[in-house]
Amino acid sequence: MATGDLALGHEQSKSAVVDAQQRVVNDFSIQVATVNGSGSQSANSVLLKSIFNMGVPVSGKNLFPSNIAGLPTWYTIRASKDGYVARRKKIDILVAMNAETAREDILGLHSGSVAIYDETLNLSQYRQDVVCYPVPFDKITAAVCPEARLRKLVKNMVYVGVVAHLLQIDMSSVEAALAKQFAKKQKALDLNFGAVRAGAEYAAEHLSKQDPFLIERMNSTAGKIIIDGNSAAGLGAVFAGVTVVAWYPITPSTSLVEATIEYLKKFRVTEEGKATFAVVQAEDELAAIGMVLGAGWAGARSMTATSGPGISLMAEFSGLGYFAEIPGVIFDVQRTGPSTGMPTRTSQADLLSTAFLSHGDTKHVILLPGSVKECFEFGYAAFDLTERLQTPVFVLSDLDLGMNNWMSDPFTYPETPLDRGKVLTAEDLNRLGGFARYADVDGDGIGYRTLPGTDHPKAAYFTRGSGHNSKAGYTEKPEDYLEIMDRLIRKFDTARTLVPAPVVTGNGKASVGVIAYGSSDFAVVEALDELKKQHAVEVDYMRVRAYPFTQSVHEFVASHERIYVVEQDRDAQLASLLKLDLAADQAVKLHSILHFNGLPIDAESILTELVVKEGL
Amino acid sequence: MATATATPTGTPGPKVNRIGLPVLEYRGGKTTLCAGCGHNAISERIIDALFEMGVQPERVMKLSGIGCSSKSPAYFLSRAHSFNSVHGRMPSVATGAVLANHTMMALGVSGDGDTASIGMGQFVHMMRRNLPMIYIIEDNGVYGLTKGQFSATADIGSKLKTGVINDLPAIDTCAMAIQLGATFVGRSFSGDKKQLLSMLKAAVAHKGTVMLDVISPCVTFNDHEGSTKSYKFMQEHDEPINELGFVPSFEEIDIEYDAGTTTDVTMHDGSSLRLRKLREDFNPTDRVGSVRTLMEAHENGEILTGVFYIDTAKPTFTDLLNLVDRPLGTQPESVTKPSAAVLQKVMAGLQ
Ligand SMILES: Cc1ncc(C[n+]2csc(CCOP(=O)(O)OP(=O)(O)O)c2C)c(N)n1
Ligand code: SF4
Ligand SMILES: [Mg+2]
Repeated sequence: MATGDLALGHEQSKSAVVDAQQRVVNDFSIQVATVNGSGSQSANSVLLKSIFNMGVPVSGKNLFPSNIAGLPTWYTIRASKDGYVARRKKIDILVAMNAETAREDILGLHSGSVAIYDETLNLSQYRQDVVCYPVPFDKITAAVCPEARLRKLVKNMVYVGVVAHLLQIDMSSVEAALAKQFAKKQKALDLNFGAVRAGAEYAAEHLSKQDPFLIERMNSTAGKIIIDGNSAAGLGAVFAGVTVVAWYPITPSTSLVEATIEYLKKFRVTEEGKATFAVVQAEDELAAIGMVLGAGWAGARSMTATSGPGISLMAEFSGLGYFAEIPGVIFDVQRTGPSTGMPTRTSQADLLSTAFLSHGDTKHVILLPGSVKECFEFGYAAFDLTERLQTPVFVLSDLDLGMNNWMSDPFTYPETPLDRGKVLTAEDLNRLGGFARYADVDGDGIGYRTLPGTDHPKAAYFTRGSGHNSKAGYTEKPEDYLEIMDRLIRKFDTARTLVPAPVVTGNGKASVGVIAYGSSDFAVVEALDELKKQHAVEVDYMRVRAYPFTQSVHEFVASHERIYVVEQDRDAQLASLLKLDLAADQAVKLHSILHFNGLPIDAESILTELVVKEGL
Repeated sequence: MATATATPTGTPGPKVNRIGLPVLEYRGGKTTLCAGCGHNAISERIIDALFEMGVQPERVMKLSGIGCSSKSPAYFLSRAHSFNSVHGRMPSVATGAVLANHTMMALGVSGDGDTASIGMGQFVHMMRRNLPMIYIIEDNGVYGLTKGQFSATADIGSKLKTGVINDLPAIDTCAMAIQLGATFVGRSFSGDKKQLLSMLKAAVAHKGTVMLDVISPCVTFNDHEGSTKSYKFMQEHDEPINELGFVPSFEEIDIEYDAGTTTDVTMHDGSSLRLRKLREDFNPTDRVGSVRTLMEAHENGEILTGVFYIDTAKPTFTDLLNLVDRPLGTQPESVTKPSAAVLQKVMAGLQ
């Protein structure tokens, strides 16, 4: 019974470790446990944005199953006055909306945390040391939502109201978030806001605050945006003038292409209603990358987006793209292994296979964005690089970065003109009297190409794999092959100077260095702050942002005694890739901190290992 | 006429076509295929067709997969860009290239292995999209380049030199193409100069997917008694369902008209394809009838040649994509890169 449960809650709070007087402001995490397909996404997003609207740094993560409806899903929101946005292991507030997992969910809480749940679940029986707030969700929902079929959805907004009230989030912040969520849908807005208010009113009347967690207005989110990495990358591609997109749906990359399509439709249709782009949903990833290379060969800025299983299907074409020297951008939003692995969980385990994807001596240029801002910037830069270098360029992000919402500074407009690379026109050919497609005229390993349709009798050349001489003529001579292979290495060295350089923090005097990439950054930064705070140990940190590694990576390793390579895969792939580049006496300095359970890496895990390994 | 100006009267220079080019300008590198290989004869007909149609070589993109057949774009039209891609995946490369520049003529050369085995997936989807291109299968019933294994178009019961008998049914790529949505589908024989040339010329005039399955004997691995893709077998069993007369748009139509036995098809560029019926029941605009005719021929052990299906009304893939006129690949930055104001607006929406 509701009242009884509530009474129990009161009683418990006495035994709970929580001291309500000791306020915990703007620094805690909320976990909403629901069933996927129940429509909780908009509610979670409204809750996240409400906190954001309070000026409090916030991040949200969706932990969802590979399923359309009916399986457990968790959404975690972290508010952090210090601006830490990595996943936090510890959950402070549980909103248990899934009867199936509720028991497990509450048992997983630490002492002193909070549980909000449907009163019928009677969760207080399981924990004496957790503050319990039972809520009659169905009753409240029924009162504000006469249409029975909408109740399942609207119910989610009721918990938003309850949480908002308990955390003292201003109703105006919630309303603003709702208005954005349901822009132009007045009826939906009214209904949902009604539900939020009903939740808040219930909490005001029936729940007395027993926990220390509060949101207080700050000014740390002014001017910031909230976006997921996939949308950011798609936006980058659109501003890079992508013209051909070929793809095959796969989580977690689907939303990257869907966002790209949205932006293309908005910004790239002429006044006459004609498209300045082509999007093809291909029959599979083999076809997708084939289309990308065909288009790149014929002069288009082309892209595809996929994830591990798709990357493996793209292997053969990637090799052809490398040897035939054709531009094309491939986004790989990494996830754990096979389609029947944990396909909706994050990972960084495609790094090695992507670096050498395909047959023969292939090596690929890879960009490694570490924030949504870099998803945008690298999503843009990849197109300049691929055309400049005439080789496929991979952009490796991951599910955590790609599908979750992140706070960011607004993106800056790329003012530099598009770099379309070394392309000869008919006029150039008139002047030059012809050209040799694979000659290294400039000494940077990059030849000049022409596009089909160039109106000159000497414009054409024959494209094939590596069996060609500098004039693109057929050859199987060893010396010609060596020339091609050596030049490709020269080109890779040129790439080294063009890709985004690593970002280094620290004073450079520490004996210990940390190297990481991509979405691990958020957790690493937090872990290193904690290391300093808790152990007074300072380390230097290098975040690599591309492969091939720049010279500065060698210098960083050389100038430290021990290097911890933090990454989200089992086999220490980044460390392995680094070791391939490093001299033997440097390679031994590398030690790994690995996180690969499918959940985004967190600071606590890194810190714990660092402390043990450093014997602190 | 162009020929008159390009060939000054009196000087018997090389014969030139309507855009003033001699046939030499349509040639390619020296072939490295076996002497007598059917693929070489097809290259010759391609050269003739493009020359006679006055196609500007620079306006063509040649695409191929892997195989002896897929090598052949190196042996014609050197003045056109060419892409020898990967085994079975030429359709996707062609799709990308056409999207990047839909003003070009795309000419794809594949083999029966390249198309009907490893490449079946992409073949099917390209047909379905009606991508504007000419797709030629140089069909010898074997994998030439890997030395003579059966392909999926080998007829059931046919025999390899080694004595191996094919006990699986052949895939009829023409029947498939018709069913899937290609809009110009025909079969010919590399040794039938006249038919193949007319078919290729009509293909140039067509807008949409042209799928031509050209029986092309492999003299090294599959041209012997017992092979249904041999010169001898084809000469004995070729059953043309129609006789083709093709009149390009730039020539006057003056061939005689025989009511009841011919069908005239006006091609996209105004050219006219006249099909003289050899089979009374055959109508090349009837999809169902065309497939039925092909199926019946299989039952009777006949190899039909001719144009099986034409549809000049169906929109192509690039029509459906509603592309701007200028090729996507050469759109200027002013068109493809949205302004700073646009980004600002997007950012404001995310705050
Ligand atoms: C992925 C891949 N698998 C296998 C091969 C080997 N291979 C090269 S050509 C060929 C068969 C070609 O047969 P077909 O397309 O009929 O061409 P033909 O040589 O008969 O003209 C094969 C299997 C390859 N190049 N790539
Ligand atoms: S092996 Fe057969 S298909 Fe290949 S070139 Fe020789 S004859 Fe032609
Ligand atoms: Mg063959």
